Amino acid sequence: MVENRPVSTFLSHAVLWLGILVIAFPIWVTIVAASHDALRLTQVPLPLWPGDLFFHNLQLAFTQGVGNAREQSIGTMLTNSLIMAMMIAVGKIIISLLSAFAIVYFRFPFRMGFFWMIFITLMLPVEVRILPTFEVVANFGMLNSYWGLSIPLIASATATFMFRQVFLTVPDEMLEAARIDGAGPFRFFFDILLPLSRTNIAALFVILFIYGWNQYLWPLLITTEKSMYTIVMGIKQMLEAVEESPEWHLIMMTTLLAMIPPVIVVITMQKLFVRGLTETEK
Amino acid sequence: MLKRVHFGPSPLPYLLVAPQIIVTVVFFLWPAGQALYQSFLVEDAFGFKSEFVWFDNFTALFRDDLYLDAFGRTFLFSFLVAGLSMGMALFLAVKADHVVRFRDAYRTLLIWPYAVAPVVAGALWMFMFDPTLGIVAYWLDGLGYEWNHRLEGGDAMALIVFAAAWKQVSYNFLFFLAGLQAVPKSLVEAAAIDGAGPVRRFWSIVFPLLSPTTFFLLVINVVYAFFDTFGIVHAITKGGPAKATEILVYKVYNDGFIGLDLGGSAAQSVILMAIVIALTVIQFRYIERRVAY
Repeated sequence: MVENRPVSTFLSHAVLWLGILVIAFPIWVTIVAASHDALRLTQVPLPLWPGDLFFHNLQLAFTQGVGNAREQSIGTMLTNSLIMAMMIAVGKIIISLLSAFAIVYFRFPFRMGFFWMIFITLMLPVEVRILPTFEVVANFGMLNSYWGLSIPLIASATATFMFRQVFLTVPDEMLEAARIDGAGPFRFFFDILLPLSRTNIAALFVILFIYGWNQYLWPLLITTEKSMYTIVMGIKQMLEAVEESPEWHLIMMTTLLAMIPPVIVVITMQKLFVRGLTETEK
Repeated sequence: MLKRVHFGPSPLPYLLVAPQIIVTVVFFLWPAGQALYQSFLVEDAFGFKSEFVWFDNFTALFRDDLYLDAFGRTFLFSFLVAGLSMGMALFLAVKADHVVRFRDAYRTLLIWPYAVAPVVAGALWMFMFDPTLGIVAYWLDGLGYEWNHRLEGGDAMALIVFAAAWKQVSYNFLFFLAGLQAVPKSLVEAAAIDGAGPVRRFWSIVFPLLSPTTFFLLVINVVYAFFDTFGIVHAITKGGPAKATEILVYKVYNDGFIGLDLGGSAAQSVILMAIVIALTVIQFRYIERRVAY
């Protein structure tokens, strides 16, 4: 820094630690609540130090389920979430790669028209067109299916833009060289473009996985069968049931389970995550 | 836009864009068109016949005090969320930019809430502030404040603002930190030589240079507060008590799926679309400016 002021450096560290504590406090309370039994969580004030029932509760959550969602297991909900998140992330990446490839490397009528059609999707988040989109999905008979959960969400203007940007930085000589060697469009795409955009694909995957995992309104609308519930909406069902059966220890355990996968993705792939965030917002 | 060197004419590009375009048309353009069309219709209570009424649904909305209240409430909500999360993020980012040791560790410990789903964030904050059980509600009680977001509209609003801002701090922090690290050190050092203290240096040099980042984040945060906070509201308050936390996105859902007022809900959808389009245009115009900055 500009000048050396030990006191101000110390204060900065202190402030940062305070910020971290404030940010982490909700999660601490959750972990503590997930490690006590139901009875202890009805006595005010609630504990601030973990009990010893964490793994017992973990087992309970998996074997007996919670509240309204009791009939279907946490395992099923986690699997559903995983399948939905993977389908959304992989689907978005594939169709965006293909359309960016077409738009950058081919001249064809209506090219710009298609580009603008893709761009429009940026302006129509699911929240603003819920009813008519629901009707379309219902007419296709896609309610209560993985297809219905993922396909309506996989069009992506941001991903297409990002890949377009990446392809534009690939030197023209690459294509010239590939052509001299007799490579067709597919060969060029798989052997040159894909390897060159590997890091961008990974970065985008991190962002899209989180996006997919955290979907809430859409699964809430189109799933009515309990076997199709995702973990994120399962939590909502449990909160509804809390009035008659206050099983906060299991609810908080499930909440932990619902946030652990995306949080682990962010922390372990931090570099890719930061890169993905800054690239998709450009 | 197009590569100077490209492939010759063939039907292949149509096949390549087809999946994206089909999904866009079927699940984006068609529903958006439907919403637009329905917003001009009034259906009778049984859905047997509908009548074309031009802009009646819209004029009805803007004469409806409930809707206007929801509008004002949404602006207040997004203003509070953006202000609180950006303020806290900027403060932490300035401190993180100041220190050398542990910077990466601090960043790791501050960015993870980004990954938490809105409804999960809702569950966490709801538990902490539960009027009978919550630990924070208990502390507030000790301070003589009787917290009850189930009955008090103001408490409910504060709670969804906390939950929404908490989740967004990490995002703002990352961008502010990147923005701060891009500020030329020579300018700050020159100001220090001229005798400006840390506070003066921040407000006269760093903050103005940060304004593109700040403006960008403001737009992103408003979009977030408008559209991505449905889960938080739905989990914690369901728009209550007495509609004190009913923001626009929640009202579209509530009127459409629960109240089954198709025309009115469609008209609200169209208004929301107009808002997103306006915000997106602002964002893009600004990005053009940032390049020249």
